[in-house]
Amino acid sequence: MTFLVTRDLSVTLGSRRVLHDIALALPPRHMVALVGPNGAGKTTLLRALAGLLPADGAVEVGGVALSSLSLRERARRFAYLPQGHIVHWPLPARDIVALGRYPHGATDPARLPARDAEAVRRAMQAVDVVELGDRRVTELSGGERGRIALARVLAVEAPVILADEPTAALDPRYQIDVIKGLRAAADTGVLVVVVTHDLGLAARFSDSVLVLEEGRLVSQGSPAEALSERVLTEVFRISAYRAEYQREAVIVPWSESR
Amino acid sequence: MSVHDVTITAEIAARRRISSAAALAALVGLLSLISLGIGPVRLSPVTVIEALFGGGSDVAQTIVREIRLPRTILALAIGAILGLSGAALQGLLRNPLASPSLFGAPQSAAFGAVLVIALGLADVRSYALPVAAIVAAFGSVFALLAIAGRNAGLLILILAGLAISSLAGAATALAMNLSSNPFVVLEIAFWLLGSLEDRSFQHVALALPFIAAGAIVLFSQRHAFRALSLGEETAQSLGVDVGRLRLFVIAGVALGVGGAVAVTGTIGFIGLVAPHLMRPLIGHDPARLLVPSALSGSALLLAADIAVRIIPSTSDIKVGVLTSIIGVPFFLYLIMRERRALGGGVA
Repeated sequence: MTFLVTRDLSVTLGSRRVLHDIALALPPRHMVALVGPNGAGKTTLLRALAGLLPADGAVEVGGVALSSLSLRERARRFAYLPQGHIVHWPLPARDIVALGRYPHGATDPARLPARDAEAVRRAMQAVDVVELGDRRVTELSGGERGRIALARVLAVEAPVILADEPTAALDPRYQIDVIKGLRAAADTGVLVVVVTHDLGLAARFSDSVLVLEEGRLVSQGSPAEALSERVLTEVFRISAYRAEYQREAVIVPWSESR
Repeated sequence: MSVHDVTITAEIAARRRISSAAALAALVGLLSLISLGIGPVRLSPVTVIEALFGGGSDVAQTIVREIRLPRTILALAIGAILGLSGAALQGLLRNPLASPSLFGAPQSAAFGAVLVIALGLADVRSYALPVAAIVAAFGSVFALLAIAGRNAGLLILILAGLAISSLAGAATALAMNLSSNPFVVLEIAFWLLGSLEDRSFQHVALALPFIAAGAIVLFSQRHAFRALSLGEETAQSLGVDVGRLRLFVIAGVALGVGGAVAVTGTIGFIGLVAPHLMRPLIGHDPARLLVPSALSGSALLLAADIAVRIIPSTSDIKVGVLTSIIGVPFFLYLIMRERRALGGGVA
């Protein structure tokens, strides 16, 4: 069964083509890691999937063409977690999470309908930030802000979550926290697409891996297949230490390859 | 802490917002009464209220209802739309230094109006005036946002605003320069200073529809400003049409500021100051700041317009001059506070 399908998805920024004919067929209840060297087009692909930039080709979600959806309908299907977790005003953390209900028409955090208030509560419980609700986001630590951002994305209760480097700039504990939060969402039926530079986390937590290089999909499959020695050498130009620990795959980038 | 406690704290915040707004509304009411009572003939608030509702002497009724009421209504409405415009622009740009006057909107509106007068196309009581002012204000804010681009920093916005207001000032000077009628030039010069003196219900009828339309447009977008707190891209991903929102805000600001400038000339810095005064009371939520900023804008302009009638001087002080004299030092203070962001240093 597939849930998210792309055909010949291409993106041109200015005169430069940054994505070439991407074909994907991703199932629900699945966590996909999107990896590749800097500038490979990972963020661009994520934005194209979310409909945030003009793209050629087709994207279908749950059998419906993305182009036929209104902005709000699209926002209810794709929850997007950008890099950096920027919040411009010192708002209460709970109001930020409540913005996840914006696509559902619950635009005022102070007057959330019961159903939306319940979704916000569930999301905050899932990433354990209930006690941060009244704090101003700008006063939170980077890790706490990352989890608030994740709660906002979970509160959308969308069938697809697109997360752009959600673990960047987090300490190891919060990296695992956030990835496990996304993994848990995938286990409840959500299709989670995560852009990451952390091959170790990708190998360990994702069901499959997509490798991008210069705007092209060069490898995909299970973590072990997609992140084969050949791919690491040719795409990332590294060699890695590989092992298995507690029956999970371990990949540690070790040295640059010649 | 349980989930229950969280909602209670949110309720306390909501109650505080409501009581602050009520106190502000009461202050605006009080200032309106004082504004109606102050002038060559001083009237007590009781006399003012009597006269307003058709009681008291005929003289008091004429003074209050025909001479001072239009002035007070204009101060209320124009202060409100300037405060609302400032809060809306700050919400749109996620930037506490955004305001119509720093972006050259009133200056451009004034140019539009001056052009119409200087060319002899219309007199100062025609609808051509606000329409020209609105078109010019729309052009200036649109140009500013187009030049600054998406996610513009403070520095770019303020430099572009400076350039646009300088251009509008130069164009206004040119229009006056080329105007052959010295009386017209004198009239334009006085009116450019920004004043609420001797305004009639004709002026109210000229400005109020546009101000009301602008206020409705800006207020209707309030929830999108909150989503924009997360940046344009995330707001877009939440279903906000950011391009359309920008156009709505530009149109709302242009309607309000254009309508206001067409009857009073340029009155600056209310839009910058009003939202700042409200943040400590209301919080930073850009959606909740709109109405309180409008109220505090009204209070500021009413107070300034009362002050120019009380301050002893040999000739009349113009209210636009007073708001700038108070507003510019406040602006400097804000620059000092935001200088790290302005200097592009490490935050």
